[in-house]
Amino acid sequence: MAASETSSETTLRHAFGNVLSFFILLLIGVLAFSIRLFSVIKYESVIHEFDPYFNYRVTQFLTKNGIYDFWNWFDDRTWYPLGRVIGGTVYPGLTLTAGTIWWILNSLNIPLSVETVCVFTAPVFSALASWATYLLTKEVKGAGAGLTAAVLLAMVPSYISRSVAGSYDNEAVAIFALIFTFYLYIKTLNTGSLFYATLNAIAYFYMVCSWGGYTFIINLIPMHVLLCIVTGRYSSRLYIAYAPLVVLGTLLASLVPVVGFNAVMTSEHFASFLVFIIIHVVALVYYIKGVLSPRMFKVAVTLVLSVGLVVCFAAIAVLVALVASSPTKGWSGRSLSLLDPTYASKYIPIIASVSEHQPPTWPSYFMDINVLAFLVPAGIIACFSPLSDASSFVILYIVTSVYFSGVMVRLMLVLAPAACILSGIALSEAFEVFTRSIKFQLPGASINSQVSAGDNISDSTMAHNDMAKTDKSEDTLKERPSRKNRRKEKEPVEQPSIRSRIEKRLLVLPLEASILAILLLVFLGAFYVVHCVWAAAEAYSAPSIVLTSQSHDGLHVFDDFREAYAWLSHNTEVDDKVASWWDYGYQTTAMANRTVIVDNNTWNNTHIATVGTAMSSPEKAAWEIFNSLDVKYVLVVFGGLVGYPSDDINKFLWMVRIGGGVFPHIKEPDYLRDGQYRIDSEATPTMLNCLMYKLSYYRFVDTDGKAFDRVRRTEIGKKYFKLTHFEEVFTTHHWMVRIYKLKPQKNRIRGKIKKSKSKSSSTSTKRSGARKKNPWH
Amino acid sequence: MGLRLDLFLFTIGILWGTVTSDLVLSKVDRRIDLRSQIVRVVSTVKVENAGTELVSEVLLAFPDNQVKHLAYLTATPNNGKGKTKGSRNSYPVENVHPKEMPQALNFYSVSLPKGLSKGDSLTFDVLAVFTHTLQPFPEKISQADVQLLVFQESAHYLSPYEVKVQSLSVKLPDARIESYTKLENTKIHGSEIKYGPYENLPPFSYSPIVVHFESNQPFAVAQELVREIEISHWGNVQVTEHYNLIHGGAQSKGEFSRLDYQARPHVRGASAFRHLVARLPPRAHSVYYRDEIGNISTSHLWGDSKKTELEIEPRYPMFGGWRTTFTIGYGLPLQDFLFESEGKRYLNISFGCPMNEVVTDTIIVKVVLPEGSRDISLSSPFPVKQWQETKFSHLDVVGRPVVVLEKANVVPEHNQYFQVYYKFNSFAMLWEPLMLISGFFFFFVACIVYMHADMSISKSSASYLAKMQWDEVLAAVQQVENIVSRCLTIHDKLEASLSDLSRTGDIQGCKTARKAADGSLKELIKELKPLLSLLQSSQQAAQILPKVEELVVKEKDLQERLMAKHAMVVDCYEKKYGGKEIENRVAQHQQKITSLRQEVEDLLEIIYEI
Repeated sequence: MAASETSSETTLRHAFGNVLSFFILLLIGVLAFSIRLFSVIKYESVIHEFDPYFNYRVTQFLTKNGIYDFWNWFDDRTWYPLGRVIGGTVYPGLTLTAGTIWWILNSLNIPLSVETVCVFTAPVFSALASWATYLLTKEVKGAGAGLTAAVLLAMVPSYISRSVAGSYDNEAVAIFALIFTFYLYIKTLNTGSLFYATLNAIAYFYMVCSWGGYTFIINLIPMHVLLCIVTGRYSSRLYIAYAPLVVLGTLLASLVPVVGFNAVMTSEHFASFLVFIIIHVVALVYYIKGVLSPRMFKVAVTLVLSVGLVVCFAAIAVLVALVASSPTKGWSGRSLSLLDPTYASKYIPIIASVSEHQPPTWPSYFMDINVLAFLVPAGIIACFSPLSDASSFVILYIVTSVYFSGVMVRLMLVLAPAACILSGIALSEAFEVFTRSIKFQLPGASINSQVSAGDNISDSTMAHNDMAKTDKSEDTLKERPSRKNRRKEKEPVEQPSIRSRIEKRLLVLPLEASILAILLLVFLGAFYVVHCVWAAAEAYSAPSIVLTSQSHDGLHVFDDFREAYAWLSHNTEVDDKVASWWDYGYQTTAMANRTVIVDNNTWNNTHIATVGTAMSSPEKAAWEIFNSLDVKYVLVVFGGLVGYPSDDINKFLWMVRIGGGVFPHIKEPDYLRDGQYRIDSEATPTMLNCLMYKLSYYRFVDTDGKAFDRVRRTEIGKKYFKLTHFEEVFTTHHWMVRIYKLKPQKNRIRGKIKKSKSKSSSTSTKRSGARKKNPWH
Repeated sequence: MGLRLDLFLFTIGILWGTVTSDLVLSKVDRRIDLRSQIVRVVSTVKVENAGTELVSEVLLAFPDNQVKHLAYLTATPNNGKGKTKGSRNSYPVENVHPKEMPQALNFYSVSLPKGLSKGDSLTFDVLAVFTHTLQPFPEKISQADVQLLVFQESAHYLSPYEVKVQSLSVKLPDARIESYTKLENTKIHGSEIKYGPYENLPPFSYSPIVVHFESNQPFAVAQELVREIEISHWGNVQVTEHYNLIHGGAQSKGEFSRLDYQARPHVRGASAFRHLVARLPPRAHSVYYRDEIGNISTSHLWGDSKKTELEIEPRYPMFGGWRTTFTIGYGLPLQDFLFESEGKRYLNISFGCPMNEVVTDTIIVKVVLPEGSRDISLSSPFPVKQWQETKFSHLDVVGRPVVVLEKANVVPEHNQYFQVYYKFNSFAMLWEPLMLISGFFFFFVACIVYMHADMSISKSSASYLAKMQWDEVLAAVQQVENIVSRCLTIHDKLEASLSDLSRTGDIQGCKTARKAADGSLKELIKELKPLLSLLQSSQQAAQILPKVEELVVKEKDLQERLMAKHAMVVDCYEKKYGGKEIENRVAQHQQKITSLRQEVEDLLEIIYEI
C-alpha cells in the first residue's frame, strides 16, 4: 500500500517536473525570440547590413520563381559582365528554410510578406538553437545543466549579434544546425541507436546546406572519435555514431551544389575519412580479439601490423603527393587562414580586408561572452568528473572553438554555444553543491539527517541520550520514503554514480558560505542578463542601413543609404550599371535593383581589383576603365560631412592594396605619406588626384568654406577642383552617398583636330590654373 | 494646329449655322484657374430660349484634344451671387453624339430638370476640370531654372449656340508671365489676364490664345494609385494606398547638386517639391508610410477632431521627371464608415486620393469585404469600371469578396463618398477564432493520443517481447529494492528502540519493538521470494540477478547481525551491565553492521544504476 502510494506520488512529481521544465523551455524560447526584437522596436522591421540583403534577394527569387529556377539561376545583375551562378555558389539552407516557412504560411492563407519572414527567421531559429542546447547539455550533464545552458545561449551577445531580427544571415540558421547535429551525435553516442545516427546525418546535411562552417563539424567529430579510440573508449555505440555519419553525411553533402565533389576532394574532409578507416581497423581488431584466443591474437597482430604498416605508408605517401601537388595544399583560403593566422594578411588581401576576419581583441571576448568566459574553466572541471564520452566531446568542442575564435572574430559565434554549454554545466553544478549544502544544514532536511543518522549508528548506540539525535533518527524514519521518491524521480534524467554520491556527501560546505555563494552566483547571472540586454538593445540592434544619432533636440535619423538606393531604383534605367566598392554590391542589387560590377561575394579578385584600380586612378583613366565596363553611375560613400567613419575614404587603402595586387601600376607607396593614408595638405599628389578623392570631396569646400572632414578630423588637401569626366547626379541629404554619372564621350567627328586641340589646351590650362591656385602642390 | 482647327470649325459653323439656334447664350463668363497643375474652368452660362419649343437640354462642346484631359464636369444652377457648390443639386450631364454635329467636337448634354420654355432664361455654372493640359516649355530644365508652362485655349467660348456677351479671365500664379496672346480687349491685372467682353459671336467661334507663364507648383502625378480598403467587423477599416508618383512638370536635366539645393532651395530647385500633405479622416490611427525597402522616416502627423493631416516627404526631393513609389496605410474606426440600413450593411467612404492637388492617372479602389459577405452592390456618384475578385487573407477558407473600382484621370473633385452594400451575418466573425481554437484543441488531443498509444508495429516481434520482459524485470527489481529499503527502515526502528532503551531503560518496550520488527521482516521475506524466483526464471535478468542475489544475502546477513546485537543489548540490559560493558560487547557486531549496511546501500545504488 505504501509502495503504491509513493509510486503514484513519484509519477505525479515526475510529471510536475516535466511540465515545469517544458514551461521553462517555452519561456526560454520566448526570451530568445523577444530579446532579438530590439532592432524592430527601436528601428523597424527591415533587413540588416550587407549579406542579409543578398539572402533576401535570393529568397525573393525563390518564392517568385520556384525551386527549379532557383537551382538554375544565373544572375546577370551582379559581377557585370561575368554574372554569377547563384544556384551553384550559394549555401541554400537559409533561403530554402525561409522560403519553406513563407510557403507554408501562405498556403495556410497567412499573408506574410517575404521580407517579414526573412526578418523573423533569425529570432525563431535562435529559439530553436536554445532548445537544441538544452537537449545537448541534457545528454552531457542532465536536465538542470541543460536548462541553464539553454537560458545562457538564449541571450549570449555573440549569438545575438548575428541573429537579431533582420539579420537574415546563414549563421542564424547554422548555429541551430550545428548544435542540433552535435546533440544528435551525442545522443547516438549515448544510445547507440541507428535511428539517431540517421537523423544525425540529416542534421549534418542541413548544416552543410546552411553554412561553410560545416567543416568544423566534420573535423571536430572525427577528432572526438579519435580521442575516444586513443583513450580506449571504443564501443559499438561510437561506431554507430560515426560510421553512418561519414557515409550518409558525405553522400548528402555532395548533393549540395556549392559543395559537390568538394565533399570528397578537399583537405577539409580528409580527417573524417582517415578516422573512418581507423575506426574500421579498430572495430576489426576488437572483433578478432573476441574471436581468437589471446595467443593467436598476438600472432595475428604482429602479422597484420607489419603488412598493414607498409600499405599504410604507401597510401599516405600517395595522398601526401596528391595534396602537395596543389598550390594551396587542397585547403581553401579561409580554412588556411584558420590554420595559419598570418596567411590571409600575407597572400589574400580580400579576406584580410573584411573586419570580421581579423583576430579579436580581449575586450571583444568580454563583450561577446561576458561572464561565461570565467565560468568555462569551472565547466571544464565539472566535465572531468566523471569524464564520459559526451563530456569529453564538449571539452574538445570548447578547446577547438577557443582556438578558432582567437583567429577570426567571426568564429566567436562557434565559441558561444560551447561557452554556454560549459557555463551551464558549471552553474548548475555549483548551484547543486550549494543548495545541497544548505539543505543539509537546514533542520528537517533529508540527506543531512540520513548521514547524521548513519553517524549516529556508527558512533555508538546508547551512550548519547540527547534529544537532538533522537529527533534526527526519527526524522530518518520519516524521510526514508521521501529519499526513495527523489531517487525514482531522478530515474532517467540524472544518474549520479555511487562515487559521485559519496563525493557529494563529502562536498558539504558551511551554510553561510553556500548562501553567500548562491547570492554571488545570482548576482553574476543578473550581471550577465543586464549585459546581454544592453548588448541586444544598444550594441547589436542597429541595422546599419539606418543610422541614428542622439542630438540635443532628440533622435536624428540618417537614412541616406536607402535614399540613394531608392533614387537609383526609380530614376535610372533598368539596365544601367552601377559601380561602387564591393561592400555596397549586395545592397545595390537588392534595394536599387541595378546591375553592379562587384559585390560582397568576393569570388573574383581581378574584377574587384579592376574597380579598386579605377577608384585609385586619376579621373580620365578611371573613366576609361568604367566606360569599358559599361558603367553608367559611380556610387561612393562619404562620411566626411556628418562623421560617418566607415566610408570609402577609410576603406581606400584596401582598394589600393587589392588593385595594386593585380595591376602593378598602382603602387601603394604613391598614396602614402610617412606610411599613412592622408587626405590633408600632406597628402601625395597621386592621392589628391585619384577618383575616390575627387568623387568624395567634389564641392565639399562649399559646405563650410574650409572643407573640414569630420571623420579624418582635418581639412582636406585639395579643395577646389572640377570634374571633367563625371557629373554629380545625386547626393543624399547628409552627403553620405554620392552618385556620379559618367559623362558621355565627346563627339569627335566634326572638327576633330580643332576641337580636341582647344579642349586639351583649355583643360590643361584649367589644370595648371588650378595647380597655381593651390599653393600646396 | 489651333488655327487650323479654328478654320475648320469656322467653316463648319457657317455651313451648319442655324440648325439649333433655338437657344442663345446671352452671357458667358469664364474663369480659368491655372494656379495649380489642375486646370479648372468655371463657366457661368446664361442660356435663353429664343425658339418656340420647350428645350430640356443644353449642349456643351469641347474639342477632342481637351476631352482627353477632361477629368470632371458638372453643371450646377447659379442662384445669384452666392456660389452654391453642392453636387447634390447639380444637373445630370452625359456624353452625347448628336448626328449633325462636327466630328472633331465632343458634346456633353446638360439636362435641365424643368425645361426651358419660350423666352425663359436660366443661369448655371459649368465646372470643367482638366489635367495634363499645361505643357512645360522648355520641356527640360536644369536645377537652377524655373519651370515655364504653356496653356492654350480659345478666347471665345466654344459652343454650338450663338453667344451674345462673353468674357474670359485667366488666373495665373503670382509670378512672372513670359508671354500671352494679345487680342483686342485684353487686359492684364496683376496675375490675371482678362479677355473680352466679346459680343455677338456666332456658334463655334474659336480664337486661340496661348499663355506662357512661370509656375513652380508641385506637379505631383500619381500614375497609378491602388487603394485597398479592408473591412474588419472587429472594429477596423484598414486603408492601404500604394502610390506610383512622378513629377509631371518640366524634366530635370544635367547635374543635381545637393549643395545648391540645400543652400538655396527656393532658387536652385524651385520646381521641385519636397512634401505632400494627405488629409485623412479624423481618428485615423496606426498610420504608416513606407516603400518597398522599408520605413520612410520623414513624415509628420497632426490630428484634431475634424481631420488627420499626414505630411509626407519622399525619400528625395522630387525634381521634374523623377519618380518614386511609396505606400501609406492607416486604420479607421469602423463605426465612422460602416452603417446599416434595411438589413444591409454599407460602407460609406471617399473615393479618391487624400492628397491635395495630386492628379491620379489611374486609380484602382479595392474594397475587401469580410469573408461570407453576400448580395454585394455598389453605388457611386460617377461612372466607374467595376468588377469583383476574391482575396485570401488571414485564415480564409473561401476567400473574401473584393469589389474593384477603376477610374482614369482622377482629380480632387472626385473625392466623393461612394457606397458598397452587402449582407453579412455577425456569427461569421466567430468562424476564424473557432477554427483556431479547434485546431489547437485537435493538436493537443493528437499529442495526448500519441503519448498514450503504443506505437510499436508488431506485438510479437522479438525486440518487443524482450522489451516487455525487460520492463517486467525492472519492475521486479524495483520491488526488490523497495522491500530491501523497507527492511532497512525496520532496522532503523530497531536501532531507535535500542537508543530508547539506553535512555529510558524500558526493556519491555524494546522487546515489543523487536517482536513487531520480526513479524514485518518475515512478511517482507515472504514477499521477496516470488520476486526472486521471477528474476531467476527470466533471461533478461541474467545481468542483474547476481547483484540482486548478493543484495538479498547481504541484507539477510545484516538482519541476523542486527538481531544478534539487539538480543545482546537487551540481554545486557536485563543483566544490568554497565554502559561500557555493553559497548564492548556490541562493538564487534556494530562494526560488521556498519560495513554491511554500507555494502547494502552501495548495492542498491549499483542496481539502481543498471
